[in-house]
Amino acid sequence: MSKIESTFLRLKSENKKALIPFITAGDPHPDMTVNMLHTLVESGADMIEVGIPFSDPMADGPVIQRASERALANDVGIKKTIQLVKEFRKQDTKTPIILMGYANPIEAIGIKDFVNQIKEADVDGVITVDYPPEESKDFVTLLREQDIDSIFLLSPTTEDNRIKLITEQATGFLYYVSLKGVTGSANIDIKQVSDRVNNIKKYSNLPIAVGFGVKDAETAKQVALISDAVVIGSRIIKEVENSNQEDLLENIRSLMTEIKSTIS
Amino acid sequence: MQAYDLPDAFGHFGQFGGTFVAETLVEALDELRDMYDKFKDDPDFLKEFHHDLKHFVGRPSPIYYAERLTNQIGGARIFLKREDLNHTGAHKVNNTVGQALLAKKMGKPRVIAETGAGQHGVATATIAARLGLECVVYMGSEDIKRQSPNVYRMKLLGAKVVPVESGSKTLKDALNEALRDWVTNVSDTFYIIGTVAGPHPYPMMVRDFNSVVGKECKTQMPELAGRQPDVILACVGGGSNAMGIFYPYIDNKNVRLIGVEAAGDGVETGRHAAPLTSNSPIGVLHGNRTYLMQNDEGQIIDTHSVSAGLDYPGVGPEHAWLKDSGRAEYVAVTDDDALKAFHNLCLIEGIIPALETSHALAYAEKLAATMSKEQIVLVNLSGRGDKDINTVAGIAGLSL
Repeated sequence: MSKIESTFLRLKSENKKALIPFITAGDPHPDMTVNMLHTLVESGADMIEVGIPFSDPMADGPVIQRASERALANDVGIKKTIQLVKEFRKQDTKTPIILMGYANPIEAIGIKDFVNQIKEADVDGVITVDYPPEESKDFVTLLREQDIDSIFLLSPTTEDNRIKLITEQATGFLYYVSLKGVTGSANIDIKQVSDRVNNIKKYSNLPIAVGFGVKDAETAKQVALISDAVVIGSRIIKEVENSNQEDLLENIRSLMTEIKSTIS
Repeated sequence: MQAYDLPDAFGHFGQFGGTFVAETLVEALDELRDMYDKFKDDPDFLKEFHHDLKHFVGRPSPIYYAERLTNQIGGARIFLKREDLNHTGAHKVNNTVGQALLAKKMGKPRVIAETGAGQHGVATATIAARLGLECVVYMGSEDIKRQSPNVYRMKLLGAKVVPVESGSKTLKDALNEALRDWVTNVSDTFYIIGTVAGPHPYPMMVRDFNSVVGKECKTQMPELAGRQPDVILACVGGGSNAMGIFYPYIDNKNVRLIGVEAAGDGVETGRHAAPLTSNSPIGVLHGNRTYLMQNDEGQIIDTHSVSAGLDYPGVGPEHAWLKDSGRAEYVAVTDDDALKAFHNLCLIEGIIPALETSHALAYAEKLAATMSKEQIVLVNLSGRGDKDINTVAGIAGLSL
C-alpha cells in the first residue's frame, strides 16, 4: 500500500480530510525549501505537493509562474528538486510527497531515469499537468512498476467517458480542478464543485482532492466538506512572495494553522 | 506507393505531434477536431472559405518570375509565390479566414490569438472585424516594441492587444498566455493558433488552410514555366507558410523541399532560433512533441532572430517528421545574410520582403547559384516587409 493510500485510510478512520499544500522547489531560495517542507508538516500538512520549476508553466496563473521564475533564477530545476526531496527525507520518512510539473523537464532527463531517481528520493506520487492519459501510458507503467502513484487532473469540462478513462489509470487520489482556469484563479462555485465530485465518485473509489481555486480558510472549509482533500497552492506562494526571509516560516505556519483548524 | 496521409487520428506524425495539454482543454480540442472533421469537406463551408479567399483576401496570389534577381545570381531561375500581395500582407490570413469561419460555425463569439511579428494578430483582428467577432491578441512585450505599426493596426481593427510580460516576453510566452485565456474562457472562445504547432488538430488544420498556397503553385507553375519547380524554399519559424507550400508537393518526390530557419548570430553561437538545423533535442511544448531548444534539464532557452516571426524555440511537429523521414531538408540563415537578401530584393525587384521571408530569399540566392539555368527554384514570398522598416532602419542607425 502506498503512503498516499495509507494516509487517506487513516484520515478516513479519524473522520478527517487531508490538507495538501503546494510549494515550488527552490522558491524563494533552495536553502529554504527543506525547512519550509518541515514547517508545512508541523503545521498540519497531511501530504505535500512540490512543484518542479518550468520555464513555460502553461496551466499556472501569475503567482505560481513567478514562483517558477524565482526558482529558475536560483538554478533550481528538476534535478535539484529531487535532491531537495531527498534532503527532506533524512528527517521525514512518513509524509507523502507528490511532485507536480510539466512533461518537458521529465522527458529531458528521460522518463525511466526520472522514475528511478524519484524512487530513490522516496517520492510517492506524480502529477504531470500536460500528460493526459492518452499520451502517458509508458510513463504510468513505469511509475506503477515502482509503486509510485499517478495522479491525474479532472476538470469541470471532463465528460463522463473521459472520467472513466482517467480513473482507470489513476492511483493514489484524483485531483479535481475546481474551475475553468489557471491556478490561483477567481472564486469557485461550491455547489457546482460538489455536484462534479459526486459524479466522479460514481466512477471511482479513489479519494478526491480539490484544488486550483482555494484562496482562503473559508473556501478550504467548504471544499473539505464535499471532498477528501483540499489543495492549497497560490495562497501559500503569495505568503512566500510577501514575507521577509526571517518571517517566512512563521507566516506559513500561521496560515496553515488557520486553514487546518477550519477543515479538521 | 502509399500516398502521404499524416497525421494519424491522434495527431501524431511518427513520434511527433500529439495532444499534450491540461485536462480542461481536452474536451475543447475534441470538439474542435470533431467540428473540423465535419466541416473540412463540407461543400458549403468550402464554398464560403474560397469565396472569402477570392474576394476578401485576393487569391489566387500570382507567381512572379524574378528575372533580374535570376540574372544577377546567374544560376537557376527564381520564381516567387506572392503571398505578400494578400490582404494584410502575408500568408497568415489564409488560416485565419478558415479558423474564424469555423469559430462562427461553432457559435463562438470570441476569438483569441497569439502573435510574434504581429502578422497573425493583424490577420486575426481583420477577419474578426469582418465577421463581427470579439478579438483579443496576446503579444510579448518585447515584440510589441519591435512591431509597433502592427500593434496599432490591430487596435484600428478593434482588437484588444494584451502585452505579455512573463518569461522571455516573445512569441512562446504569448502562446502560453493565450492557452491560459482559453482554459479560462473555453466555453465561448475559439483559439486561432497562427502556426502549424499547438495540440492536435491545430498542426493539421493550419496546414490544410494554408495548403491553398501549394495547390495554386501546382497549377500555376506549369502555366508559367512549363513544369513544376526543382526546389521549393520557405522560411520556418513554427512553419505555417512552409507547410502550406510543401504539403501539396509531399508526394511529388522530384521536388526538393527546403525549410530555412533563423540562424540569428550563427547556429554555432547558440544565439539562434533553429531547432532543426542545430539538432536540438526532442521535447514537449505547447501541446505537441517536436524538436525544441532547451537546456539539459528541459527548460526552454531564449531564441534570437532579427525577425520576430521566426523567434520560436520549437517547430511544427510535421516539420520534425519531414526532417527525420528525409522528405524535406532544413538549413539556417543568419540575421546578416537575411538582411542582405532583404535589401537586394528591394533594389533589384522592387519588392520589400518580410524579414522572415528574407531568410528563404538568402538561401535561394546561394542555392540558385549552384544550379543550372534550366532548373527552377520557387520561393514562398510569405509576407511583405512594411512592418519591418523600423527594425531595418534601426539596424542602419536611423530612426524614422
